[in-house]
Amino acid sequence: MDTNDSLRVASLWHSMHAISQQLSPTTGCSEIELLEADTFDLHIFQSLTGTKLFVVCKPGTQHMEALLKVVYELYTDYVLNNPFYETKIPIRCELFDINLTQAIQKDRVALLGR
Amino acid sequence: MPPAAPRSGDAIFASVERVNAELFTLTYGAIVRQLLTDLEEVEEVNKQLDQMGYNIGIRLIDEFLAKSNVSRCVDFKETAEMIAKVGFKMFLGVTASVMNWDADGTCCSIVLEDNPLVDFVELPDTCQGLYYCNILSGVIRGALEMVAMKTEVTWIRDMLRGDDAYELQVKLLKQVPEEYPYKDDE
Repeated sequence: MDTNDSLRVASLWHSMHAISQQLSPTTGCSEIELLEADTFDLHIFQSLTGTKLFVVCKPGTQHMEALLKVVYELYTDYVLNNPFYETKIPIRCELFDINLTQAIQKDRVALLGR
Repeated sequence: MPPAAPRSGDAIFASVERVNAELFTLTYGAIVRQLLTDLEEVEEVNKQLDQMGYNIGIRLIDEFLAKSNVSRCVDFKETAEMIAKVGFKMFLGVTASVMNWDADGTCCSIVLEDNPLVDFVELPDTCQGLYYCNILSGVIRGALEMVAMKTEVTWIRDMLRGDDAYELQVKLLKQVPEEYPYKDDE
């Protein structure tokens, strides 16, 4: 998927997310946390500021919420603290990419060890 | 997996990288001096400091949420306590206290005894209208706006102007939750 496709899919998701809150038959539903499909799982983390982080993984992968929290911290450290990063444009911060890859590698290794 | 418990301001402050306090104070002082030179009018400088603070606040809030693990505050009283006890501790290393609540719980004062921005600072006569720490009011306003609260933050007491403490009044104007269908940008 290229950048434009990602943006289109993400904005679709943003709307679905909002609709789901209204569709929910129970009160107090705040968001979709997990989408389970045949070939993948989609985990979502939403911060109190409305920023959403997704991870797509193999069905049944554990501890994705913890990974998303780690990614959120990386986002606040390397993206938001970068004075040249403008909000609402795709993230192109090298430090963020490097640390993100490392965090995922670490998680995969830990996962194999469990 | 049960959610992680919220971390205290002390714990987070102890775990982040820190910078020399004098460097911080000098850097902030240099910013204010440069603004005074560039803008000349004290009112303009106040506005600019507030705007800078706002730009910082809208980003700082996510770092605050990520590091402190807090869940949504139940009411504005909890929000104010969070800012004073966790926020100020985490970012400035000082604890503030919350007082002077109004009857409907939408307006309070945050009082700082200690303020690292103003070490060694004395306001000259030519800068008497200056709110030296106005960046702080912008930071709070910006941060709260990103969590759906429109607020007005003003200085009530300022030690550089002869008072005995730094007192910020934070007034909740309205809650603005995002709702679907979203308004298109007009």
